[in-house]
Amino acid sequence: MLTIGSLGFTAPWLLLGLLVLPILWILLRAVPPAPIRRRFPGVALLLGLTDDETQTDRTPWWLLLLRTLAIAAVIIGFAGPVLNPKATEDGDGPLLILLDATWADAPDWSRRMDRVEGLLADASAAGRETAVVRLTDLPAGELPFRAAATWVPQLPGFRPEAWSPDAEAVGRWAETLDGTFSTFWLSDGLDHPWREGLLSRLEARGDVRAFEAPRPVYGLLPTVFAEGLLAVSAVRNRAADAAEVSVIGHGLDPAGTPRELVSATLTFAAGETEASADLNILPELRNRITRFEISGIRSAGAVSLTDDALQRREVALIAGRSDSEGLELLSPTHYLRQALVTKSDLIEGALSDVVLANPDVIVLADVAQLSAAETSEVEDWVRAGGLLVRFAGPRLAASDVSRSEEDILMPVRLRAGGRNVGGAMSWGEPKTLRAFPSQSPFFGLPVPDEVVVTAQVMAQPDPTLADRVIASLADGTPLVTRKRLDAGQIVLFHVTANAEWSTLPLSGLFVSMLERLSISSRPVALTAEDLAGTTWTPDQVLTAFGEVSDAGTLPSVAGEDLAEAPLGAQLPPGLYVGEDRRIARNVLGPDNTLQAFSWPGSVPVEGLAVERETPLKGVLLAAALIMLMADIIASLWLSGRLTGPRAAGTTASLFLGLMLAVPADAQEEDIAAQIAAASEVALAYVVTGDPRLDERSEAGLRGLSDVLYRRTSIEPVAPIAVNLETDALSLHPFLYWPITPDQPRPSGEAYQKLNTYLRTGGLILFDTRDADTARFGATSPNARKLQSLALPLDIPPLEIIPEDHVLTRTFYLLQDFPGRHASRDIWVEAAPADAEQTEGMPFRNLNDNVTPVVIGGNDWASAWATDTRGNRMFPVGRGFAGERQREIAFRFGVNLIMHVLTGNYKSDQVHVPALLDRLGQ
Amino acid sequence: MTQPTRLRAGAESLAAPLPPLLASAEHLASTVMLGQHGRRRSGLGDEFWQYRPSHAGDEARSIDWRRSGRSDALFVREKEWQAAQSVLLWLDGAQSMNFASAGAMQTKIDRAKLLALAASVLLIRGGERVGLTSLTMPPRSGEMQLLRLTQTLADAEGAEDYGIPEVKGMVSHSRAVFISDFMGDISAVSEALTSAADKGVKGALLQILDPEEEAFPFDGRTIFESIGGTLQHETLKAGDLRDRYLERLAARKAELANLARMTGWQYHCHHTDAPASSALLWLYGALERTT
Repeated sequence: MLTIGSLGFTAPWLLLGLLVLPILWILLRAVPPAPIRRRFPGVALLLGLTDDETQTDRTPWWLLLLRTLAIAAVIIGFAGPVLNPKATEDGDGPLLILLDATWADAPDWSRRMDRVEGLLADASAAGRETAVVRLTDLPAGELPFRAAATWVPQLPGFRPEAWSPDAEAVGRWAETLDGTFSTFWLSDGLDHPWREGLLSRLEARGDVRAFEAPRPVYGLLPTVFAEGLLAVSAVRNRAADAAEVSVIGHGLDPAGTPRELVSATLTFAAGETEASADLNILPELRNRITRFEISGIRSAGAVSLTDDALQRREVALIAGRSDSEGLELLSPTHYLRQALVTKSDLIEGALSDVVLANPDVIVLADVAQLSAAETSEVEDWVRAGGLLVRFAGPRLAASDVSRSEEDILMPVRLRAGGRNVGGAMSWGEPKTLRAFPSQSPFFGLPVPDEVVVTAQVMAQPDPTLADRVIASLADGTPLVTRKRLDAGQIVLFHVTANAEWSTLPLSGLFVSMLERLSISSRPVALTAEDLAGTTWTPDQVLTAFGEVSDAGTLPSVAGEDLAEAPLGAQLPPGLYVGEDRRIARNVLGPDNTLQAFSWPGSVPVEGLAVERETPLKGVLLAAALIMLMADIIASLWLSGRLTGPRAAGTTASLFLGLMLAVPADAQEEDIAAQIAAASEVALAYVVTGDPRLDERSEAGLRGLSDVLYRRTSIEPVAPIAVNLETDALSLHPFLYWPITPDQPRPSGEAYQKLNTYLRTGGLILFDTRDADTARFGATSPNARKLQSLALPLDIPPLEIIPEDHVLTRTFYLLQDFPGRHASRDIWVEAAPADAEQTEGMPFRNLNDNVTPVVIGGNDWASAWATDTRGNRMFPVGRGFAGERQREIAFRFGVNLIMHVLTGNYKSDQVHVPALLDRLGQ
Repeated sequence: MTQPTRLRAGAESLAAPLPPLLASAEHLASTVMLGQHGRRRSGLGDEFWQYRPSHAGDEARSIDWRRSGRSDALFVREKEWQAAQSVLLWLDGAQSMNFASAGAMQTKIDRAKLLALAASVLLIRGGERVGLTSLTMPPRSGEMQLLRLTQTLADAEGAEDYGIPEVKGMVSHSRAVFISDFMGDISAVSEALTSAADKGVKGALLQILDPEEEAFPFDGRTIFESIGGTLQHETLKAGDLRDRYLERLAARKAELANLARMTGWQYHCHHTDAPASSALLWLYGALERTT
């Protein structure tokens, strides 16, 4: 390939053809345009006339230039010009294409794949054996070197992973490398601990070239709740120029729809790799947030899932001795408040008020007796998922609560009196705690020695007691018992919440226990100890592209691993669910930073933003073609063929060709007509495609509109023709649809529109116009057509119009509905089956909707039809009887439109007395 | 319609072209109201002219007894003198006439034939005798002559490039009509006209031109050829010739008009894109005037 600047030629030898151009110039210049032979009788008069100029026997210079340029374009075009030609991969021997394939690769993964594809194409052309290896999915054994082309079909299956490769595994793999090969390393730009070692191993095998995206890698740290504010912070791997990223908090709104709930803009100062912002949002909103993400970056590192750490529980503290005048430190809720105040939102107040606030947890400290109303309220709340935590105390010990039979709000029955141990008057030592059993939520918490219990309430031995004990003293006495009640649970600490009966509230264990009971929110950073002995199921996992997907059937992980093991295929980042708690493992931990890897000078680094290779061959050949076309026209013009006689056709066809080449603009919708239709009442008819019938429909509706205008307060404007395919139906309350056997079926979309129209209160008057020859229902061609047309329509059950149908009295009192024909077979929506005629009432109470369809064959439009001067267009019947029939037809029209516009208004009983009076009853 | 197919057999080849040409000629002729073609004085003829009181010398059989019976005097019924004229047509059948540009409806020869035949129809209906200047068809009257004329005119096409008026069959003191494009040698026309004038023949020169011949809408390098192909002129820039060609054409027209004036003929130039009836009207009027 020959390269001139950014232009390359695949077949540069063809450029020698440009040398021919001067010769071509001379040749073309010497050949004048060919003459036209014309038969012309007037030639006798021309004999002897000579030309004034002799210039035109040479081709004009601009035509020459045009032709020369066209030829030059052809020559250059076939020489294969390429803009920004990509340097081909040179070298020989096997090639290893190494991909980090971590989450940091995800934002530009497709471009990386393009690059790999280009490399494979080059290697394939050079006949090099190639291996493509992802560090997150290391191949077992030897490097899979094979023909480069065989890798191409596999490329679409290559995906980045949401974690970084395990340093140990990479190190082991690096040691297995042997042989000689060169390496092309597509790096994700981060400094991983294994990178340097691997690089040195690779350099030992052959030359290494690296490839790194020039843009920085952004990552979002887990959001931390501190001092009432949400601290959102992001990091990047390069301290580049100042930049802004926008962080968005996603969550479900109260309707359950995923929404962007909060957003914040983080500003990286120039030279800084960290940026953070504080968000002050309402607790309700905060609790709804499920994840934060940096908008616009598709990467798992830019997503941070939130878990219980963010979700502050509302805890109601209710003490039994609200009137206590004792010391603050003796207050039953003092230690609870101290333990919870930083990690939960505390509510205090009367129990009945507190239950209404629907807190997550209610703590009853030495509250013995609840009123019946309170009991049932609290019970309902617990059953709905509340956590009721009760602490014992002198009052509870003294009361009869849950003594003889188990109180619904107590986990166990209590013995009278309780016991004291280790006191001055008692025997024995104060008791310490026994290690927590494995089914206990506290399993795994270390039991400090200094926690001693001196007094407690005693549980009655029951068959269920053993299941309910979640913590006990060294002698096996239950210390904490728990009962599940539907979705909620009730926990009883058999000691007081203050230090009166035990030293438990003074110890760190107390806080951990509250945490495990998810009374208090846990700290962001979890240690293996915190989670020791627990098992967690993945609920949602993050893909490398930052998408949250269902975890499916991934295996559970142990709490210790969840807390501290590095992310990997066994522990993908995501949301893990334990007994009552959820823990998110994000790609970046709270104090992670991102470091750019600085490549040693021996490794050439290539950026991702290579200019794309653009072949110019097509452009040049097209230009040559256009120039040759122009040459045709110019030659024609020059030789007089374009302007002379018979040239009109040629010119016209040329222009026609040009016009055909320009695609016709899509027609704009006629908004004005729709606005006009919507601003006035207008009757509408369906265009059938038969011009005479459409004219008749229009004339009929015009006549009816006139009558409505004169007789009623409905003042319609001129009727509107409606094309079911293109026009909006919702603007028309009434559609007249005459049926012909040969009208086209509406399309599926049109039927959809019609069904919407019918469901939303429109009325269609179907007119088969054949009541003179066929009773409706008999097989007339129009009726059959109507049946096939109406098949996809959402039409309710129909019946022949009953005598008390509202159509008989919306404006005129009618019993016949003639048009040009006088058939009584008019079909409307059937009355509900349970419509009964009340004694003494002339009508059934049919408070139903407007019937969506009226079907008949009386050819109403013809009876209504008037021309623009108001003359009747078609005869109806004979003589006076015929005119009477036409009048009744108009009255039917008036009633129908009244029915359409006023609905079942006349079906009301309001007018019954007047109607009765008029009916002479 | 003008090329009787020589490939087809007898009757068809004869009959086929005739009715359309004759019909269109008659159709064209019907647009002209036949005026009184008499001599405006009494004489031999078919039409009633006047009753005059008889005077001595009138034959008894010339008295109109029916008129005389209504009065005491005797009346003689006189008829208008209707002398039949001989009108001789010359139609240029040369190749140059066989030309029609895109804008024209028909070739010049078709238009010429149509006009000639329509004039013949008019003249024969008016009782005149119509013939051709060539010796092949002496002037006669009657519908048969019309059919013969039609036949002859339909075949009247020659091979030469430009036609020369024939005067051989010209009868003294007759009327003549020359229809041609007069693109050829003007001297032949002038000779024919003077020879006709010598014989006391008056008439009309009808020049038929194609609109393209009037406009010369050509440009570029062009080789002009006569229709027969005998003449040829090459130009590199036809557009430049336009003015000079038009000058020459105007000169030719002026020469023709001058020639006509000198010999007492009438001259008119007709274009094939104009309606034929205007030319027929002019022709009819011209024959009236020269009568």
